[in-house]
Amino acid sequence: MPEWARVRSWELLLAVILVGTIAYNATQSPVYLDVDNFVNIFRLSIEKVIVAVAMTFVIVNGEIDLSVASVMAFAACVLAAAHESGVPFGLAIVIALAAAASAGFVQGLVVAKTGISSLVVTLAGLIGFRGAARILLEDRSIGDFPDWFGNLGRDDFLGPLPFALVLFLVLLVVGGVVLHRSAFGRRVYVIGNNADVARYSGIDVARVKLFLFTTSGLVAGVAGVLFAARLGSVRANIGEGFELDIITMVLLGGVSIFGGSGTLLGVALAVCIVLNLRNGLGLANVEANTQTGVIGALLIVSVLAQNLLDRLPLRRREVEAET
Amino acid sequence: MSAATDVARLDRVRTRPVRTAIWIRPERVKELSLLGVIVVALLVFGFLVDDYFSGRIFNRVTTSVAITAVLAVAQTTVIITRNIDLSVGSIVGVTAYLTGQFASSHPSTSAAVAIGVAVGLGALLGAINGLIVAYGRVPAIITTLGTLAIYRSWLISHGEGRTITADSLPSWVVDLPTRTVFGLGGLDIRVVFAVVVVIVAVLQIAMLRLRWGRRLYAIGSNPDAAAQAGLPTRRLVLGAFTACGALSGFAGFLFLARFGNITVVAGRGLELDSVAAAVVGGVSVLGGSGTLVGAFLGAVLIDVLDQSLVRVPQVTEFWRNAILGALILAAVVADVVIGRRFRRRWSAEARPHTKVEDGSARGPDEPEAPALTPAARGGEVSDA
Repeated sequence: MPEWARVRSWELLLAVILVGTIAYNATQSPVYLDVDNFVNIFRLSIEKVIVAVAMTFVIVNGEIDLSVASVMAFAACVLAAAHESGVPFGLAIVIALAAAASAGFVQGLVVAKTGISSLVVTLAGLIGFRGAARILLEDRSIGDFPDWFGNLGRDDFLGPLPFALVLFLVLLVVGGVVLHRSAFGRRVYVIGNNADVARYSGIDVARVKLFLFTTSGLVAGVAGVLFAARLGSVRANIGEGFELDIITMVLLGGVSIFGGSGTLLGVALAVCIVLNLRNGLGLANVEANTQTGVIGALLIVSVLAQNLLDRLPLRRREVEAET
Repeated sequence: MSAATDVARLDRVRTRPVRTAIWIRPERVKELSLLGVIVVALLVFGFLVDDYFSGRIFNRVTTSVAITAVLAVAQTTVIITRNIDLSVGSIVGVTAYLTGQFASSHPSTSAAVAIGVAVGLGALLGAINGLIVAYGRVPAIITTLGTLAIYRSWLISHGEGRTITADSLPSWVVDLPTRTVFGLGGLDIRVVFAVVVVIVAVLQIAMLRLRWGRRLYAIGSNPDAAAQAGLPTRRLVLGAFTACGALSGFAGFLFLARFGNITVVAGRGLELDSVAAAVVGGVSVLGGSGTLVGAFLGAVLIDVLDQSLVRVPQVTEFWRNAILGALILAAVVADVVIGRRFRRRWSAEARPHTKVEDGSARGPDEPEAPALTPAARGGEVSDA
């Protein structure tokens, strides 16, 4: 095996699975290979996929953000509540995004300053920001948004691509450059590998973590606003349980839950696999809940396979962080 | 840290006479302050809600605590080993549904058999988690995230949308939640609550006094050191997950008895409540510290809030999650701030000749003294 294939063997495995999934699906349904079908596959889960990009940074950094789905709902509810009380819609969007970024900032501050495990802090966030959303909307449903906002969620924006999908692609490219080609990205990996070493090397660990959690909150807020645009109305319970799907995609992408390794390329491949698998299983008349079970099994098996690959003497995982 | 230095440090602690009797151990500070918070919460609610200290509210709280507490204790057994089980809600759903199916098709089934079915099923599902984590070396959060989905999706396709109804169950199951052991000044002590209290007490004593309990703490404090010291870490982690599954199965039985009508989504989301109760109860998600009694008190506090907020006229039930989230955050932040101060004092007492360092370079939750057992931190070591 050439060097690049050894270093990237996880991505290679994902690519093979993806090609297999697509090939199988294509034999099952004649409409599967249509561009429209592909766009549709993404359209229905685009909010989760957008958040997965930010989540990749957080997990590579050695932390986790369980609060993303609640922050999505929180942002959507702030938007709806502001719109209802007569705030101009553009300003309402700004307020909603600011609220989501603050939610991430507060959690990041606690994680960075006290050293409490982010699993606990963002679990509190998961429960707390869902609670804030409930306080805002109680059990009401608010819709009646401006037309342009609804069109943003439904219509094509660039060629056949809706706005959210374009945004995802832009985020993916920008995120890839930042994570894999910038000094900041190097710091994210170093901290994820060993926060103590990073600190002794003069990296401001607290600042990097604070930035990542704030960004994670902001991106979740953007996803929440886009979700509101697509759904056309907002309730306090939207997006419940999304955090599990999002984390599943990132971990399936080969990002280590302990931090310090994984690539955005892997996450992008994992996203495509999960979405195509669901779509294919759907075309084959497999029920939605069974699809969830299949993806859960895929998650476990993928890490088991990763462990087997690690035992091969040829594979050197530490190289991933160097490239 | 190698096993050798651990043992050497342990010996040093053992041989040095402890000058002051240290009776407040870290976990006791947590438990006492939590008890204080519960009392304050009860007083505040008593002030805000008319007729709060009545038998009815007491019964509601104790009935729902029974389920949350069993799950909190189950979760704690796993968290102590530096793992986590996110599948407990799905295990509750599967065991409640299947035990309900079993009981309604065998109307003459006895309590022992029904509980045995629930506990056995739960233990089986927990053992699957444990095998994947301990022997497949898949991180617990990934494994149980996966089985959370797998167990639930199996249940949904098995149940095909059918509901287990209360009138199909033997009457003793449905009557169980209202059976009372004895009355205490107008308050009824329900059978389920009494049983759960006994279970928590017995398990807590076992955790502190039996070898395997101490070993679970050792694994969570430092998995590498525990392995190098020759502990059968894989078997112990498998055991912890199996115990967690068995307790979740018992919680599933209690769920069936309490609600009677069981759908395929039963127990969804309980995993978060169980982690929340454990964390509020002072259990560290980094493993190696925390007690079952603490987790039990955490469950009590959460259920007191749950059952009481609905009745406060000034706030609506919609405040429940926001307050719970703030509470978890407050509990862990207070734990770090207070714990740091106490630990500095304890370590100063245990090592009178060494200057106490700030400890900012290590994680705030990491103890300064040998990290092998919680007892070692208090300065006493009994033979494990």
